[in-house]
Amino acid sequence: MKLENKIWDKAECLSRDEIENIQVQKLRATVKQVMSVPFYAQKFKEIGIGPEDIKSVADVRHLPFTTKTDMRNNYPLGLMAVPKEKVLRFHGSSGTTGKPTFVAYTKNDLEMWSDMVARFLYAGGARPGNTAQISFGYGLFTGGFGLHYGLEKIGSSIIPAASGNTRRQFTLLQDLKPELLVCTPTYALRLIEYMEEEKIPRESLNLKVAFLGSEPWTEDMRLYIEDKLQVNTCNNYGLSEVIGPGISGECVYHTGMHIQEDYFLVECLDPETLEPVPDGQLGELVITALNKEAMPMIRYRTRDLAYLISDTDCPCGRTTKRMSRIKGRSDDMLIIRGVNVFPSQVEEALLQCKDVTPNFLIVLDRPGSLDRSVVKVEMAPAFFSDKMSEMQMLKNRLEETIRSYTGIHFEVDLVQPQSIERFTGKAARVIDNRPKEK
Amino acid sequence: MKTAKQLSVFLENKPGHAYNICKTLGDAGINIFTLSLADTNQFGLLRLIVENPETAGELLKKSGVIVNITELLAVKIDNRPGVLAKIYELLSSLDINLEYAYAFAMRRIFLLRVSDNEKAFQILSENDFTLLSHEELFSDEN
Repeated sequence: MKLENKIWDKAECLSRDEIENIQVQKLRATVKQVMSVPFYAQKFKEIGIGPEDIKSVADVRHLPFTTKTDMRNNYPLGLMAVPKEKVLRFHGSSGTTGKPTFVAYTKNDLEMWSDMVARFLYAGGARPGNTAQISFGYGLFTGGFGLHYGLEKIGSSIIPAASGNTRRQFTLLQDLKPELLVCTPTYALRLIEYMEEEKIPRESLNLKVAFLGSEPWTEDMRLYIEDKLQVNTCNNYGLSEVIGPGISGECVYHTGMHIQEDYFLVECLDPETLEPVPDGQLGELVITALNKEAMPMIRYRTRDLAYLISDTDCPCGRTTKRMSRIKGRSDDMLIIRGVNVFPSQVEEALLQCKDVTPNFLIVLDRPGSLDRSVVKVEMAPAFFSDKMSEMQMLKNRLEETIRSYTGIHFEVDLVQPQSIERFTGKAARVIDNRPKEK
Repeated sequence: MKTAKQLSVFLENKPGHAYNICKTLGDAGINIFTLSLADTNQFGLLRLIVENPETAGELLKKSGVIVNITELLAVKIDNRPGVLAKIYELLSSLDINLEYAYAFAMRRIFLLRVSDNEKAFQILSENDFTLLSHEELFSDEN
Protein backbone atom coordinates (compact mmCIF):
# COMPACT_ATOMS: atom_id res chain seq x y z
CA MET A 1 0.00 0.00 0.00
CA LYS A 2 1.35 3.43 -0.88
CA LEU A 3 2.05 6.01 1.80
CA GLU A 4 -0.65 8.44 0.66
CA ASN A 5 -3.24 5.75 1.13
CA LYS A 6 -2.35 5.21 4.75
CA ILE A 7 -2.43 8.77 6.07
CA TRP A 8 -5.71 10.46 6.78
CA ASP A 9 -4.43 14.03 6.98
CA LYS A 10 -1.19 15.60 5.77
CA ALA A 11 -1.00 17.43 9.11
CA GLU A 12 0.29 14.11 10.48
CA CYS A 13 3.40 14.26 8.29
CA LEU A 14 4.76 17.78 8.73
CA SER A 15 8.37 18.64 9.51
CA ARG A 16 9.24 19.65 13.09
CA ASP A 17 9.50 23.30 12.01
CA GLU A 18 6.13 23.21 10.31
CA ILE A 19 4.44 21.63 13.31
CA GLU A 20 5.98 24.04 15.78
CA ASN A 21 5.08 26.97 13.56
CA ILE A 22 1.45 25.88 13.60
CA GLN A 23 1.56 25.25 17.33
CA VAL A 24 2.96 28.64 18.24
CA GLN A 25 0.44 30.49 16.10
CA LYS A 26 -2.45 28.51 17.52
CA LEU A 27 -1.17 28.86 21.05
CA ARG A 28 -1.02 32.63 20.69
CA ALA A 29 -4.55 32.66 19.31
CA THR A 30 -5.74 30.44 22.16
CA VAL A 31 -4.23 32.71 24.81
CA LYS A 32 -6.00 35.62 23.16
CA GLN A 33 -9.25 33.67 23.02
CA VAL A 34 -9.27 32.63 26.68
CA MET A 35 -8.89 36.24 27.83
CA SER A 36 -12.68 36.28 27.54
CA VAL A 37 -12.93 33.66 30.31
CA PRO A 38 -12.64 35.39 33.71
CA PHE A 39 -10.85 32.38 35.23
CA TYR A 40 -8.00 32.57 32.71
CA ALA A 41 -8.03 36.38 32.35
CA GLN A 42 -7.44 36.80 36.07
CA LYS A 43 -4.66 34.21 36.20
CA PHE A 44 -2.91 35.70 33.18
CA LYS A 45 -3.19 39.17 34.68
CA GLU A 46 -1.60 38.02 37.93
CA ILE A 47 1.35 36.57 36.06
CA GLY A 48 1.41 39.45 33.62
CA ILE A 49 1.28 37.42 30.45
CA GLY A 50 -0.58 37.94 27.21
CA PRO A 51 -0.70 36.64 23.63
CA GLU A 52 2.24 38.84 22.59
CA ASP A 53 4.50 36.92 25.01
CA ILE A 54 4.05 33.66 23.11
CA LYS A 55 6.97 33.62 20.70
CA SER A 56 7.91 29.96 20.70
CA VAL A 57 6.35 26.65 21.69
CA ALA A 58 8.49 26.66 24.84
CA ASP A 59 6.71 29.82 26.00
CA VAL A 60 3.78 27.62 26.96
CA ARG A 61 5.73 27.06 30.19
CA HIS A 62 4.98 30.62 31.29
CA LEU A 63 1.26 29.86 31.31
CA PRO A 64 -0.51 28.72 34.47
CA PHE A 65 -1.76 25.16 34.92
CA THR A 66 -5.41 24.14 34.93
CA THR A 67 -6.52 21.31 37.21
CA LYS A 68 -9.57 19.22 37.91
CA THR A 69 -10.08 21.38 41.01
CA ASP A 70 -10.26 24.46 38.78
CA MET A 71 -12.97 22.73 36.78
CA ARG A 72 -14.90 21.93 39.94
CA ASN A 73 -14.48 25.45 41.30
CA ASN A 74 -15.93 26.78 38.07
CA TYR A 75 -18.73 24.22 37.98
CA PRO A 76 -20.78 23.86 35.88
CA LEU A 77 -19.76 26.01 32.91
CA GLY A 78 -17.38 28.68 34.22
CA LEU A 79 -14.55 27.67 31.88
CA MET A 80 -16.66 28.09 28.76
CA ALA A 81 -15.46 30.63 26.20
CA VAL A 82 -18.60 30.84 24.05
CA PRO A 83 -22.23 31.65 24.86
CA LYS A 84 -24.28 28.56 25.67
CA GLU A 85 -26.29 28.97 22.45
CA LYS A 86 -23.15 28.08 20.49
CA VAL A 87 -22.80 24.73 22.26
CA LEU A 88 -23.96 21.66 20.37
CA ARG A 89 -23.06 19.02 22.92
CA PHE A 90 -22.25 18.49 26.57
CA HIS A 91 -20.34 15.55 27.97
CA GLY A 92 -19.19 14.88 31.49
CA SER A 93 -16.80 12.84 33.54
CA SER A 94 -16.98 11.54 37.06
CA GLY A 95 -15.86 13.90 39.78
CA THR A 96 -14.69 13.35 43.32
CA THR A 97 -17.72 15.02 44.85
CA GLY A 98 -20.39 12.91 43.22
CA LYS A 99 -21.06 15.57 40.59
CA PRO A 100 -19.58 15.20 37.13
CA THR A 101 -17.44 17.87 35.53
CA PHE A 102 -18.95 19.07 32.29
CA VAL A 103 -17.28 19.75 28.99
CA ALA A 104 -18.86 21.50 26.02
CA TYR A 105 -18.41 21.29 22.25
CA THR A 106 -19.31 23.71 19.45
CA LYS A 107 -20.00 22.53 15.92
CA ASN A 108 -16.33 23.09 15.06
CA ASP A 109 -15.21 21.25 18.18
CA LEU A 110 -17.25 18.20 17.18
CA GLU A 111 -15.82 18.48 13.69
CA MET A 112 -12.26 18.55 15.00
CA TRP A 113 -12.95 15.68 17.39
CA SER A 114 -14.30 13.55 14.55
CA ASP A 115 -11.21 14.36 12.54
CA MET A 116 -8.82 13.43 15.36
CA VAL A 117 -10.54 10.11 15.89
CA ALA A 118 -10.65 9.43 12.16
CA ARG A 119 -6.90 9.95 11.99
CA PHE A 120 -6.00 7.29 14.54
CA LEU A 121 -8.65 4.87 13.33
CA TYR A 122 -7.33 5.22 9.80
CA ALA A 123 -3.78 4.77 11.07
CA GLY A 124 -4.89 1.53 12.72
CA GLY A 125 -6.49 0.21 9.54
CA ALA A 126 -10.14 1.34 9.60
CA ARG A 127 -11.37 1.93 6.04
CA PRO A 128 -14.53 3.07 4.26
CA GLY A 129 -16.72 0.05 3.73
CA ASN A 130 -15.64 -1.64 6.97
CA THR A 131 -18.18 -2.40 9.65
CA ALA A 132 -17.36 -1.42 13.23
CA GLN A 133 -18.95 -2.58 16.45
CA ILE A 134 -18.77 0.05 19.19
CA SER A 135 -19.00 -1.66 22.55
CA PHE A 136 -18.30 1.50 24.53
CA GLY A 137 -20.96 3.16 26.60
CA TYR A 138 -22.78 6.03 24.92
CA GLY A 139 -23.92 8.87 27.13
CA LEU A 140 -22.05 11.48 29.14
CA PHE A 141 -18.91 9.35 28.72
CA THR A 142 -16.99 10.59 25.67
CA GLY A 143 -15.84 7.17 24.44
CA GLY A 144 -18.90 5.99 22.54
CA PHE A 145 -19.68 9.19 20.70
CA GLY A 146 -16.04 10.05 19.99
CA LEU A 147 -15.33 6.76 18.24
CA HIS A 148 -18.73 6.92 16.55
CA TYR A 149 -17.95 10.26 14.91
CA GLY A 150 -14.52 9.17 13.75
CA LEU A 151 -15.84 6.01 12.14
CA GLU A 152 -18.66 7.94 10.49
CA LYS A 153 -16.12 10.40 9.12
CA ILE A 154 -14.08 7.58 7.61
CA GLY A 155 -17.20 6.04 6.12
CA SER A 156 -17.26 2.80 8.08
CA SER A 157 -20.66 1.50 8.99
CA ILE A 158 -21.37 1.42 12.70
CA ILE A 159 -23.08 -1.03 15.01
CA PRO A 160 -23.71 1.06 18.13
CA ALA A 161 -23.84 -1.99 20.39
CA ALA A 162 -22.90 0.02 23.52
CA SER A 163 -21.44 -1.75 26.54
CA GLY A 164 -22.55 -4.91 28.29
CA ASN A 165 -24.86 -7.77 27.32
CA THR A 166 -22.07 -10.00 26.10
CA ARG A 167 -24.41 -12.56 24.54
CA ARG A 168 -25.92 -9.92 22.28
CA GLN A 169 -22.44 -8.59 21.44
CA PHE A 170 -21.65 -12.01 19.99
CA THR A 171 -24.91 -12.16 18.05
CA LEU A 172 -23.88 -8.91 16.39
CA LEU A 173 -20.27 -10.01 15.88
CA GLN A 174 -21.37 -13.29 14.32
CA ASP A 175 -24.29 -12.10 12.22
CA LEU A 176 -23.17 -8.64 11.05
CA LYS A 177 -19.52 -9.71 10.82
CA PRO A 178 -17.80 -6.41 11.70
CA GLU A 179 -14.08 -6.14 10.91
CA LEU A 180 -13.52 -3.52 13.61
CA LEU A 181 -14.20 -3.64 17.32
CA VAL A 182 -14.13 -0.69 19.72
CA CYS A 183 -14.10 -1.39 23.47
CA THR A 184 -12.05 -1.24 26.64
CA PRO A 185 -9.17 -3.72 26.93
CA THR A 186 -10.84 -5.42 29.90
CA TYR A 187 -14.04 -5.81 27.91
CA ALA A 188 -12.01 -7.48 25.17
CA LEU A 189 -10.85 -9.92 27.84
CA ARG A 190 -14.46 -10.52 28.86
CA LEU A 191 -15.38 -11.25 25.24
CA ILE A 192 -12.57 -13.80 25.04
CA GLU A 193 -13.70 -15.41 28.28
CA TYR A 194 -17.26 -15.64 27.01
CA MET A 195 -16.13 -17.00 23.67
CA GLU A 196 -14.27 -19.81 25.45
CA GLU A 197 -17.10 -20.56 27.88
CA GLU A 198 -19.66 -20.77 25.09
CA LYS A 199 -17.25 -22.48 22.69
CA ILE A 200 -17.84 -19.88 20.01
CA PRO A 201 -15.50 -20.70 17.10
CA ARG A 202 -13.16 -17.89 16.06
CA GLU A 203 -14.07 -18.66 12.43
CA SER A 204 -17.59 -17.42 13.08
CA LEU A 205 -16.17 -13.90 13.56
CA ASN A 206 -14.65 -11.58 11.01
CA LEU A 207 -12.70 -9.24 13.30
CA LYS A 208 -9.45 -7.73 12.02
CA VAL A 209 -8.69 -4.80 14.32
CA ALA A 210 -9.64 -3.92 17.89
CA PHE A 211 -9.34 -0.27 18.94
CA LEU A 212 -8.89 -0.44 22.70
CA GLY A 213 -8.79 2.47 25.09
CA SER A 214 -10.21 4.47 27.99
CA GLU A 215 -8.23 2.58 30.64
CA PRO A 216 -4.58 1.64 31.13
CA TRP A 217 -3.52 -1.77 29.87
CA THR A 218 -0.32 -3.67 29.28
CA GLU A 219 1.76 -5.31 26.56
CA ASP A 220 0.98 -8.71 28.09
CA MET A 221 -2.72 -8.01 27.66
CA ARG A 222 -2.07 -6.99 24.06
CA LEU A 223 -0.31 -10.27 23.27
CA TYR A 224 -3.10 -12.25 24.89
CA ILE A 225 -5.94 -10.38 23.16
CA GLU A 226 -4.20 -10.50 19.76
CA ASP A 227 -3.59 -14.21 20.14
CA LYS A 228 -7.08 -15.14 21.30
CA LEU A 229 -9.10 -12.80 19.09
CA GLN A 230 -6.66 -12.99 16.19
CA VAL A 231 -6.79 -9.26 15.63
CA ASN A 232 -4.39 -6.39 15.50
CA THR A 233 -4.97 -4.12 18.50
CA CYS A 234 -4.45 -0.36 18.56
CA ASN A 235 -4.28 1.71 21.72
CA ASN A 236 -5.69 5.22 21.88
CA TYR A 237 -5.63 7.98 24.47
CA GLY A 238 -7.73 10.91 25.47
CA LEU A 239 -9.59 12.41 28.38
CA SER A 240 -12.90 14.16 28.47
CA GLU A 241 -11.56 17.24 30.30
CA VAL A 242 -9.49 18.01 27.23
CA ILE A 243 -11.81 16.57 24.57
CA GLY A 244 -12.18 12.78 24.81
CA PRO A 245 -10.51 9.96 22.86
CA GLY A 246 -8.25 10.93 19.98
CA ILE A 247 -5.53 13.07 21.52
CA SER A 248 -3.24 10.28 20.40
CA GLY A 249 -3.49 6.80 18.95
CA GLU A 250 -1.36 3.96 17.66
CA CYS A 251 -0.83 3.07 14.03
CA VAL A 252 -0.42 -0.52 12.87
CA TYR A 253 3.27 -0.51 13.86
CA HIS A 254 2.71 -0.12 17.63
CA THR A 255 5.58 2.34 18.07
CA GLY A 256 3.73 4.48 20.58
CA MET A 257 0.65 6.65 20.18
CA HIS A 258 0.91 9.39 17.57
CA ILE A 259 -0.07 12.71 19.13
CA GLN A 260 -2.31 15.03 17.10
CA GLU A 261 0.20 17.83 17.51
CA ASP A 262 -1.56 20.40 15.37
CA TYR A 263 -4.50 20.19 17.78
CA PHE A 264 -2.76 19.60 21.11
CA LEU A 265 0.46 20.70 22.71
CA VAL A 266 1.54 17.87 25.01
CA GLU A 267 4.21 18.48 27.64
CA CYS A 268 5.73 15.83 29.85
CA LEU A 269 6.70 17.21 33.26
CA ASP A 270 8.14 16.00 36.51
CA PRO A 271 5.02 15.95 38.72
CA GLU A 272 7.01 17.25 41.71
CA THR A 273 9.13 20.01 40.21
CA LEU A 274 6.82 20.63 37.23
CA GLU A 275 9.92 20.98 35.05
CA PRO A 276 10.02 19.23 31.66
CA VAL A 277 11.57 15.76 31.60
CA PRO A 278 13.59 14.62 28.57
CA ASP A 279 11.80 12.51 25.97
CA GLY A 280 11.95 8.87 26.97
CA GLN A 281 11.61 9.67 30.66
CA LEU A 282 8.40 9.13 32.61
CA GLY A 283 6.49 12.26 33.59
CA GLU A 284 3.02 13.70 33.91
CA LEU A 285 1.27 14.69 30.70
CA VAL A 286 0.16 18.31 30.61
CA ILE A 287 -2.02 19.18 27.66
CA THR A 288 -2.98 22.45 26.02
CA ALA A 289 -5.78 22.37 23.46
CA LEU A 290 -4.91 24.49 20.43
CA ASN A 291 -8.16 24.40 18.51
CA LYS A 292 -11.04 24.30 20.92
CA GLU A 293 -13.83 26.83 20.92
CA ALA A 294 -16.38 25.98 23.59
CA MET A 295 -14.01 25.00 26.37
CA PRO A 296 -10.39 25.79 25.65
CA MET A 297 -7.92 24.16 27.99
CA ILE A 298 -4.59 25.63 29.00
CA ARG A 299 -1.97 23.27 30.44
CA TYR A 300 -4.36 20.72 31.87
CA ARG A 301 -2.64 18.52 34.43
CA THR A 302 -3.86 15.09 33.38
CA ARG A 303 -2.12 13.25 36.27
CA ASP A 304 -1.43 10.51 33.72
CA LEU A 305 2.15 9.28 33.71
CA ALA A 306 3.77 8.39 30.37
CA TYR A 307 6.83 9.32 28.34
CA LEU A 308 7.26 11.02 24.98
CA ILE A 309 9.02 9.31 22.08
CA SER A 310 10.95 11.32 19.52
CA ASP A 311 14.24 9.48 18.94
CA THR A 312 12.99 7.09 16.27
CA ASP A 313 10.90 7.51 13.14
CA CYS A 314 7.78 5.46 12.72
CA PRO A 315 7.69 3.31 9.56
CA CYS A 316 4.14 4.53 8.90
CA GLY A 317 5.46 7.88 7.71
CA ARG A 318 3.79 10.03 10.35
CA THR A 319 6.23 12.53 11.82
CA THR A 320 4.21 13.42 14.89
CA LYS A 321 5.69 13.00 18.34
CA ARG A 322 4.50 9.84 20.02
CA MET A 323 3.70 8.91 23.60
CA SER A 324 3.97 5.67 25.53
CA ARG A 325 1.11 3.83 27.14
CA ILE A 326 -0.18 5.34 30.37
CA LYS A 327 2.02 3.81 33.04
CA GLY A 328 0.33 5.17 36.14
CA ARG A 329 -1.05 8.21 37.87
CA SER A 330 0.59 11.05 39.75
CA ASP A 331 -2.41 11.14 42.07
CA ASP A 332 -4.39 8.32 43.65
CA MET A 333 -7.08 8.04 41.01
CA LEU A 334 -8.09 4.47 40.14
CA ILE A 335 -9.59 3.32 36.89
CA ILE A 336 -12.01 0.49 37.61
CA ARG A 337 -13.91 -1.06 34.71
CA GLY A 338 -13.22 2.14 32.75
CA VAL A 339 -14.60 4.45 35.45
CA ASN A 340 -12.42 6.95 37.28
CA VAL A 341 -12.62 6.51 41.03
CA PHE A 342 -10.83 8.31 43.84
CA PRO A 343 -10.41 6.65 47.24
CA SER A 344 -11.66 9.92 48.75
CA GLN A 345 -15.08 9.25 47.16
CA VAL A 346 -15.31 5.99 49.08
CA GLU A 347 -14.31 7.80 52.24
CA GLU A 348 -17.01 10.44 51.75
CA ALA A 349 -19.58 7.73 51.20
CA LEU A 350 -18.56 5.92 54.40
CA LEU A 351 -18.71 9.13 56.39
CA GLN A 352 -22.39 9.26 55.49
CA CYS A 353 -22.93 5.84 57.06
CA LYS A 354 -22.93 5.91 60.82
CA ASP A 355 -22.82 2.12 61.05
CA VAL A 356 -19.17 1.80 60.19
CA THR A 357 -15.93 3.54 60.98
CA PRO A 358 -14.38 5.52 58.11
CA ASN A 359 -11.42 3.15 58.08
CA PHE A 360 -11.41 1.26 54.84
CA LEU A 361 -9.22 -0.58 52.40
CA ILE A 362 -9.93 -0.92 48.69
CA VAL A 363 -8.80 -4.23 47.21
CA LEU A 364 -8.74 -4.59 43.43
CA ASP A 365 -8.33 -7.87 41.59
CA ARG A 366 -8.94 -9.23 38.15
CA PRO A 367 -9.84 -12.87 38.81
CA GLY A 368 -11.20 -13.51 35.31
CA SER A 369 -11.38 -10.74 32.79
CA LEU A 370 -13.18 -7.98 34.66
CA ASP A 371 -12.04 -5.95 37.62
CA ARG A 372 -13.36 -7.01 40.99
CA SER A 373 -13.56 -4.18 43.48
CA VAL A 374 -13.95 -4.79 47.19
CA VAL A 375 -13.98 -2.33 50.08
CA LYS A 376 -13.08 -3.68 53.48
CA VAL A 377 -14.93 -1.65 56.07
CA GLU A 378 -14.68 -1.80 59.84
CA MET A 379 -17.95 -2.47 61.65
CA ALA A 380 -18.95 -0.09 64.41
CA PRO A 381 -19.82 -2.31 67.42
CA ALA A 382 -22.99 -0.31 68.19
CA PHE A 383 -24.50 -1.35 64.88
CA PHE A 384 -23.73 -5.02 65.11
CA SER A 385 -26.86 -7.15 65.09
CA ASP A 386 -27.40 -10.83 65.78
CA LYS A 387 -29.91 -10.85 62.90
CA MET A 388 -28.54 -11.82 59.52
CA SER A 389 -31.23 -9.80 57.74
CA GLU A 390 -30.10 -6.60 59.44
CA MET A 391 -26.47 -7.29 58.67
CA GLN A 392 -27.33 -7.91 55.03
CA MET A 393 -29.30 -4.68 54.93
CA LEU A 394 -26.36 -2.83 56.38
CA LYS A 395 -24.08 -4.28 53.71
CA ASN A 396 -26.54 -3.43 50.94
CA ARG A 397 -26.97 0.10 52.24
CA LEU A 398 -23.19 0.61 52.29
CA GLU A 399 -22.87 -0.75 48.77
CA GLU A 400 -25.62 1.53 47.50
CA THR A 401 -24.10 4.58 49.17
CA ILE A 402 -20.67 3.85 47.74
CA ARG A 403 -22.20 3.35 44.31
CA SER A 404 -23.94 6.72 44.49
CA TYR A 405 -20.61 8.40 45.27
CA THR A 406 -18.36 6.52 42.87
CA GLY A 407 -20.70 5.33 40.12
CA ILE A 408 -19.50 1.74 40.40
CA HIS A 409 -20.31 -1.31 42.47
CA PHE A 410 -17.95 -2.15 45.27
CA GLU A 411 -18.52 -5.34 47.22
CA VAL A 412 -18.48 -4.44 50.89
CA ASP A 413 -16.51 -6.75 53.12
CA LEU A 414 -17.31 -6.06 56.78
CA VAL A 415 -14.36 -6.59 59.08
CA GLN A 416 -13.60 -6.22 62.79
CA PRO A 417 -12.89 -2.86 64.34
CA GLN A 418 -9.17 -2.06 64.49
CA SER A 419 -8.36 -4.77 61.96
CA ILE A 420 -7.40 -2.40 59.15
CA GLU A 421 -3.88 -1.21 59.62
CA ARG A 422 -3.47 2.39 60.78
CA PHE A 423 -0.83 4.52 59.17
CA THR A 424 0.73 7.50 60.78
CA GLY A 425 1.40 9.24 57.51
CA LYS A 426 -0.63 8.99 54.33
CA ALA A 427 -2.88 5.99 54.69
CA ALA A 428 -2.44 3.24 52.13
CA ARG A 429 -6.06 2.89 51.14
CA VAL A 430 -5.62 0.70 48.10
CA ILE A 431 -4.24 -2.73 47.33
CA ASP A 432 -4.22 -3.13 43.58
CA ASN A 433 -3.56 -6.75 42.60
CA ARG A 434 -4.53 -6.30 38.95
CA PRO A 435 -1.82 -7.20 36.47
CA LYS A 436 0.27 -4.25 35.46
CA GLU A 437 3.26 -3.51 33.35
CA LYS A 438 6.67 -3.32 34.95
CA MET B 1 -40.57 -13.66 81.94
CA LYS B 2 -37.69 -16.08 81.70
CA THR B 3 -35.12 -15.74 78.96
CA ALA B 4 -31.77 -17.21 78.00
CA LYS B 5 -28.83 -14.97 77.15
CA GLN B 6 -27.04 -15.46 73.91
CA LEU B 7 -23.68 -14.08 72.86
CA SER B 8 -23.59 -13.01 69.22
CA VAL B 9 -20.19 -12.63 67.70
CA PHE B 10 -19.32 -11.00 64.39
CA LEU B 11 -17.13 -13.22 62.23
CA GLU B 12 -15.01 -11.86 59.44
CA ASN B 13 -14.50 -13.93 56.36
CA LYS B 14 -11.02 -14.96 57.42
CA PRO B 15 -9.57 -18.40 58.15
CA GLY B 16 -9.17 -19.15 61.81
CA HIS B 17 -11.52 -16.53 63.12
CA ALA B 18 -14.09 -18.92 64.63
CA TYR B 19 -11.23 -21.00 66.01
CA ASN B 20 -9.75 -17.99 67.81
CA ILE B 21 -13.07 -17.24 69.46
CA CYS B 22 -13.62 -20.78 70.66
CA LYS B 23 -10.04 -20.99 71.83
CA THR B 24 -10.30 -17.75 73.84
CA LEU B 25 -13.33 -19.18 75.63
CA GLY B 26 -11.83 -22.63 76.08
CA ASP B 27 -8.60 -21.23 77.55
CA ALA B 28 -10.67 -19.29 80.07
CA GLY B 29 -12.53 -22.45 81.07
CA ILE B 30 -15.81 -21.31 79.57
CA ASN B 31 -17.98 -24.14 78.34
CA ILE B 32 -20.03 -23.66 75.17
CA PHE B 33 -23.46 -25.11 75.83
CA THR B 34 -24.61 -24.88 72.22
CA LEU B 35 -24.03 -22.66 69.21
CA SER B 36 -25.36 -21.71 65.83
CA LEU B 37 -23.42 -20.32 62.91
CA ALA B 38 -24.98 -18.20 60.18
CA ASP B 39 -22.83 -17.16 57.30
CA THR B 40 -22.66 -15.55 53.89
CA ASN B 41 -19.73 -15.36 51.50
CA GLN B 42 -18.56 -12.25 53.23
CA PHE B 43 -19.11 -12.57 56.96
CA GLY B 44 -20.68 -14.75 59.60
CA LEU B 45 -22.57 -14.55 62.85
CA LEU B 46 -21.62 -16.95 65.59
CA ARG B 47 -24.27 -17.34 68.28
CA LEU B 48 -23.26 -18.97 71.52
CA ILE B 49 -24.91 -20.06 74.74
CA VAL B 50 -22.45 -20.10 77.63
CA GLU B 51 -22.98 -20.18 81.37
CA ASN B 52 -21.60 -16.70 82.10
CA PRO B 53 -22.35 -14.60 79.02
CA GLU B 54 -21.25 -11.30 80.63
CA THR B 55 -17.81 -12.63 81.58
CA ALA B 56 -17.37 -14.33 78.23
CA GLY B 57 -18.56 -11.19 76.40
CA GLU B 58 -16.00 -8.99 78.18
CA LEU B 59 -13.27 -11.50 77.43
CA LEU B 60 -14.10 -11.54 73.74
CA LYS B 61 -14.41 -7.76 73.54
CA LYS B 62 -10.94 -7.46 74.98
CA SER B 63 -9.64 -9.76 72.26
CA GLY B 64 -11.02 -7.30 69.70
CA VAL B 65 -14.17 -8.95 68.40
CA ILE B 66 -17.64 -7.45 68.20
CA VAL B 67 -20.05 -9.07 70.63
CA ASN B 68 -23.52 -8.39 71.84
CA ILE B 69 -25.93 -10.12 74.17
CA THR B 70 -29.44 -10.97 73.04
CA GLU B 71 -32.31 -12.48 74.99
CA LEU B 72 -33.83 -15.63 73.57
CA LEU B 73 -36.68 -17.85 74.67
CA ALA B 74 -35.60 -21.34 75.76
CA VAL B 75 -38.46 -23.80 75.38
CA LYS B 76 -38.46 -27.35 76.62
CA ILE B 77 -39.87 -29.65 73.99
CA ASP B 78 -41.11 -33.21 74.08
CA ASN B 79 -39.75 -35.77 71.72
CA ARG B 80 -42.88 -36.26 69.68
CA PRO B 81 -44.18 -35.25 66.25
CA GLY B 82 -45.86 -31.87 65.82
CA VAL B 83 -44.26 -30.04 68.74
CA LEU B 84 -42.30 -27.56 66.66
CA ALA B 85 -45.29 -27.04 64.40
CA LYS B 86 -47.34 -26.13 67.46
CA ILE B 87 -44.78 -23.52 68.51
CA TYR B 88 -44.73 -21.95 65.07
CA GLU B 89 -48.49 -21.97 64.94
CA LEU B 90 -48.80 -20.16 68.27
CA LEU B 91 -46.25 -17.52 67.27
CA SER B 92 -47.80 -16.85 63.90
CA SER B 93 -51.26 -16.58 65.44
CA LEU B 94 -50.00 -13.42 67.18
CA ASP B 95 -47.96 -12.21 64.19
CA ILE B 96 -44.73 -12.76 66.08
CA ASN B 97 -41.75 -13.06 63.78
CA LEU B 98 -39.29 -15.85 64.29
CA GLU B 99 -35.88 -14.44 63.37
CA TYR B 100 -33.98 -17.65 63.88
CA ALA B 101 -33.96 -20.72 66.07
CA TYR B 102 -31.65 -23.53 67.04
CA ALA B 103 -31.69 -26.42 69.44
CA PHE B 104 -29.76 -27.98 72.21
CA ALA B 105 -30.87 -31.43 71.18
CA MET B 106 -29.40 -33.45 74.06
CA ARG B 107 -31.58 -31.65 76.55
CA ARG B 108 -34.38 -31.08 74.08
CA ILE B 109 -34.28 -27.32 74.46
CA PHE B 110 -35.32 -25.11 71.58
CA LEU B 111 -33.86 -21.60 71.47
CA LEU B 112 -35.97 -18.97 69.74
CA ARG B 113 -35.14 -15.45 68.63
CA VAL B 114 -38.49 -13.74 68.13
CA SER B 115 -39.65 -10.21 67.41
CA ASP B 116 -41.58 -9.94 70.68
CA ASN B 117 -40.28 -11.91 73.66
CA GLU B 118 -43.07 -10.97 76.08
CA LYS B 119 -45.93 -11.92 73.81
CA ALA B 120 -44.21 -15.12 72.73
CA PHE B 121 -43.38 -16.07 76.31
CA GLN B 122 -46.98 -15.53 77.33
CA ILE B 123 -48.63 -17.54 74.60
CA LEU B 124 -46.19 -20.43 74.89
CA SER B 125 -46.60 -20.58 78.68
CA GLU B 126 -50.38 -20.45 78.35
CA ASN B 127 -50.15 -23.44 76.04
CA ASP B 128 -48.27 -25.56 78.56
CA PHE B 129 -44.78 -25.15 77.21
CA THR B 130 -42.02 -24.92 79.81
CA LEU B 131 -39.70 -21.96 79.32
CA LEU B 132 -36.39 -21.77 81.09
CA SER B 133 -34.28 -18.97 82.50
CA HIS B 134 -30.61 -18.74 81.65
CA GLU B 135 -29.64 -20.35 84.95
CA GLU B 136 -32.13 -23.19 84.47
CA LEU B 137 -30.44 -24.09 81.20
CA PHE B 138 -27.47 -25.24 83.20
CA SER B 139 -29.30 -26.99 85.98
CA ASP B 140 -29.25 -30.77 85.93
CA GLU B 141 -32.97 -30.94 86.50
CA ASN B 142 -33.61 -29.76 82.97
